[in-house]
Amino acid sequence: MEADGELLLRLRSGDERAFVGLVRRYQEQMLRLAAGFVPSRAVAEEVVQDTWLAVLRGLDRFEGRSSLKTWLFSILVNQARTTGARELRSVPVPDPEPAVDPARFDPTGSWAEPPEHWVEAAERRLEAGKLADRLRTLMTELPARQREVVLLRDVEELSSEEVCSVLAISDGNQRVLLHRGRSRLRQLFEDEFRGVR
Amino acid sequence: MRLLPRRDLVCQQAVELVTDYLEGALSRRARRRFEAHLAVCPHCTEYLAQLRETIRLTGRLEPEDLSPQQRDEFVALYHRWRAEEE
Repeated sequence: MEADGELLLRLRSGDERAFVGLVRRYQEQMLRLAAGFVPSRAVAEEVVQDTWLAVLRGLDRFEGRSSLKTWLFSILVNQARTTGARELRSVPVPDPEPAVDPARFDPTGSWAEPPEHWVEAAERRLEAGKLADRLRTLMTELPARQREVVLLRDVEELSSEEVCSVLAISDGNQRVLLHRGRSRLRQLFEDEFRGVR
Repeated sequence: MRLLPRRDLVCQQAVELVTDYLEGALSRRARRRFEAHLAVCPHCTEYLAQLRETIRLTGRLEPEDLSPQQRDEFVALYHRWRAEEE
């Protein structure tokens, strides 16, 4: 894939295909992110469309102090938050949620039902190009706030600082949400691929 | 069953530290305790490897292609913006 920096140059020079390339790269994740803030898919689509317009209008002002995608996601979250009236700051992180079902440990806290192997099965599925659709579905099973953090950190590979800035959450909350999201995904992978040859 | 000295981690605690460990957010002491536990616990070692694999697989998610209709809509959006610029 072309680097965002090159895309940006082509965008500024008025290249329509560069814009479509940028949309293709980020549209899906933006929709997914927006959906956590607003009541319906239709509203999320509007928010994303407004975001793209705001991006085009802001192109000349973008100074490259953050990466292009951090800038895009920041605009999106601001638009979504204004529309959905959801204030992230005012939403406390919910009660502790264990990384692993407590029933899988014995009374001393050691594994009674240890993790089952699934890595090889998932890898084979990945190589066969058959993992993406399933992964998309698994992502929808995460609670919105965990999904947002996993999406930005592990799919889009933003740094923890960038994620805190985009979502306006503290580093501690970011880490808790990341922990729960990744732990839950691991469990979903285990459920999906254990015993699969 | 081995009785654990008070300061040793148990598995149920170790799995809650995995993200902090990978994020480099543990104190040096906590990190040593965590690694000491891994050294004697194959299940938690497997668990950590699975968490790493989870991150890797998530990172392989590629964006879906736009439908021709979506593509047309975004080209139209782009032209609307160009028109408003002029």
